[in-house]
Amino acid sequence: MLHDKLVVNAAGKLVPEEINGEKVIPYKGVGKYKPMGCKHAPPIPSCADYPANGDKRCPSLRDALIRSGLRDGMTISTHHHLRDGDFVANAVFDIAQELGIKGLRWFPSASFPCNAHLIPYLEDGTIDWIEGSMNGPLGEFTSKGKMKKTAILRSHGGRVQAIQDGEVKIDIAVMAAPSSDVFGNANGLTGPSATGVLGYAEMDVQYAEKVILVTDNLVPFPCLPMQIAGNFVDFVVVTEKLGEADRIISGTTQITRSPDRLIIAELAARFCEVTGIIYDGCVIQAGAGGISLAIAEYIKTILQRNQWRIRVGFGGSTQYMTQMLETGLMEYILDGQVFDTEAVRSLNENRKHQSFSVFNAYNYHSKGNLTSMIDVVTLGATEIDVNFNGNVVTHSDGVILHGIGGWQNCLFAKNTIVALPLFRNRIPVIVDEVTTLCGPGELIDVIVTERGIAINPLRSDLIEKAKDSGLPLKTIRELKEEAEAICGKPDKPKFTDRVVAAVKWVDGTVLDVIRQVAD
Amino acid sequence: MEGISGNRGPSVRSDCFISIKLGGEDGLKIELSGKTKTLYGRQIIQLVTEILLFFDIRNAHVQIEDSGALPYVIAARTEAALMRVMNSPKQFLLPEISNARRVSSRDSLRRSRLYLPGDHAKLMINAGLYQADGIILDLEDSVAPEKKHDARFLVRNALRNNDFMGAELMVRINQIPLGLQDLEYIVNQPLNVILIPKCELASQVVAIDQKIRELRGDCTEPIWLMPIIESALGIINSYEIASASPNIVALAIGLEDYTADLGAERTNDGIESFYARGMVVNSARAAGIQPIDSVFSDFENTEALRSVAMRSKSMGFAGMGCIHPAQIEVINECYQPSPNEIEKAKRIVIAFDEAQRRGTSVISLGSKMIDAPIVKRALNTMEIAVKCQLIKPNWKEDAAR
Repeated sequence: MLHDKLVVNAAGKLVPEEINGEKVIPYKGVGKYKPMGCKHAPPIPSCADYPANGDKRCPSLRDALIRSGLRDGMTISTHHHLRDGDFVANAVFDIAQELGIKGLRWFPSASFPCNAHLIPYLEDGTIDWIEGSMNGPLGEFTSKGKMKKTAILRSHGGRVQAIQDGEVKIDIAVMAAPSSDVFGNANGLTGPSATGVLGYAEMDVQYAEKVILVTDNLVPFPCLPMQIAGNFVDFVVVTEKLGEADRIISGTTQITRSPDRLIIAELAARFCEVTGIIYDGCVIQAGAGGISLAIAEYIKTILQRNQWRIRVGFGGSTQYMTQMLETGLMEYILDGQVFDTEAVRSLNENRKHQSFSVFNAYNYHSKGNLTSMIDVVTLGATEIDVNFNGNVVTHSDGVILHGIGGWQNCLFAKNTIVALPLFRNRIPVIVDEVTTLCGPGELIDVIVTERGIAINPLRSDLIEKAKDSGLPLKTIRELKEEAEAICGKPDKPKFTDRVVAAVKWVDGTVLDVIRQVAD
Repeated sequence: MEGISGNRGPSVRSDCFISIKLGGEDGLKIELSGKTKTLYGRQIIQLVTEILLFFDIRNAHVQIEDSGALPYVIAARTEAALMRVMNSPKQFLLPEISNARRVSSRDSLRRSRLYLPGDHAKLMINAGLYQADGIILDLEDSVAPEKKHDARFLVRNALRNNDFMGAELMVRINQIPLGLQDLEYIVNQPLNVILIPKCELASQVVAIDQKIRELRGDCTEPIWLMPIIESALGIINSYEIASASPNIVALAIGLEDYTADLGAERTNDGIESFYARGMVVNSARAAGIQPIDSVFSDFENTEALRSVAMRSKSMGFAGMGCIHPAQIEVINECYQPSPNEIEKAKRIVIAFDEAQRRGTSVISLGSKMIDAPIVKRALNTMEIAVKCQLIKPNWKEDAAR
């Protein structure tokens, strides 16, 4: 879509005031815009319209979609707990296309490479656009300007807010449920496609007009615990298989063996120790990326040496976190998603390992959220610029790579560390200006690379604490120059004027846009 | 005729694949593909064009598949591909980076030295980060026969243009006669030590030394030599080898080949090579150079490595080779004096100084007599501790206060 009315937002980016026919608000600055208004209220049906015996089964997904009133222009939501093994989201649009439905909006909590299956439907007009994330082939498709309307990228928290505020009204939520009873009480804990938690489904089932639950593990009533309460559910569809099990949850997650990444992890952990970020009773978020896992392993030795304990570890959890829980180095795990079979087992067995919802953790338009209580979070990025701004959605060549996920929301932790290599395959990661702005630099405190650590000048407290540590401290500009000395200064990618996607900030305002890459 | 060089495929990183067909009348036709095309395509084509013109090539069809190669890698691959289809006395050299050269001395610290396969560009880039005392760019056993040609150009360029962050720069050349040709590519580059593999005779060292002198002309900065003994015959001749040239600074042993030569199985225990390792230590020390132990091949087992290295140090070895960065920290730790050793040596040296001041010849520390060899060992320990930066060079002043 060509946007001729563009305005400069508080980050200095040219952004539209209208996207896909809806008015949007340009970014105002961190904490400057306060979303107002009430919760969106979907119509409430009555018991009289549902079978008294509680059996909401429907013979097929096709049947359930038809009975849900699937028609042109609707918004269909799915969650991403099945990750790259997902069969369900793709099946929904197979059916829509067979039925000749056009102009749909897909509203997933995230997409994966397996969803490249949907590209023909974006081409033939079954789907007009995606508001969610566009990974791999979908990202390339979008960046080439092939999507009919403008994509919108939101953080996990931003998605929750968009649903709550009625910015996105979901017509039909199709939710995969690894275990369910006939009434639609469901959880992700057991079954051949177990996902552990179902936190990303929480908002969709409450706010969608129609909710279809798809399961491959129907259990006799009651399905406990009820991570999803069946009262929100319209139809239950029993299918052969929700997805490819080994792509949903990995058998084991592995710490990186790359010696370069281990250096990064060790530096990050040492930094946390010398600056007092890690202490007895601290709250941390450990990711499941290779570097994050390795940082957690180094932090483990710091805890053991000092006889400290972590009060709470925020997941996505892995076997490495559950080991810390079980050996007493961590008192609780709060989990948004689960990455391996050990973590699923722990969630089933250990009362100190609980799931939390995205609403709890990340929603900006609410009465506070948990991320600001976290002492330290370690994140990755595709680029960081000399003003500490971060990019997680595009590659330096301008092509969309992934979604925002919880990345923006995590920036509100007390200490945000971005740990990444100085360059990847010749491409510098520390740059003059990020290709796409996803996170304002004022919220990013420390950059750790294998060739040095840069502390944001705004954090004079950390600079003071680290100054005599013997750690390789450098300025962000020094890191950038070092990368360019090794790799050479890259040319800039070329774009057309066409906006293919907008990046929203956690408060719902438009932070930046992504343009079509030129041939 | 088509000249090719480099590597391609989905798992290749930081490298490129280049094919060059000379001839035609269409000028220089350069096609580039790969993930870096948007960001570096213009610069890559410019560099390749410059190299072709440097060698007076006006007509050629070049195809490049780039997987993130740094400029010196692209230059090495281009030149290697070109030199498969033509000959030239010229070499295309990018400007040397400012900190490429480091000065090393006969008795530089050589606890750890990291082997890097000479045709593997990716492993070179960050090798300096792991803080090995030395880095070996290998042209010998870790390079497949069909890649030997490519590796010479890559190693040459890496010596000049990759920042190894102060590590002593070493190249392991091939066995003579191939090894003599290798010298032409490396001896005028930033380089401290040449490793001579499978050395059996003193005359082999002399031949290498001679060739280096010829190639270097007036340059007087030394290139040190480290013969590696890997056979029964080499062990028998070890002292002669160790003293074959004044440029030899260390004598190493390679146990995989040695045990094969013996017809014995290599064990962690090392009983089968006890004699040979003893000989190498003895010959090296007799010739006044450093004895260096063989690599330990199970790089994930750092505990076994630690016990092997501790035993090696107790036999008198000064260091050992590393095949993986994870081994470096353990090896550095094992071959440097422990805090206990330093403390003990410190007291001996102080007692010795004190006795000298008083003019007494009998020194005792507690109930123990201290004689000359004990003092010598203590002085040696303190000297190594200073080199390892475990204590300050002026430690005596601190101790006096």
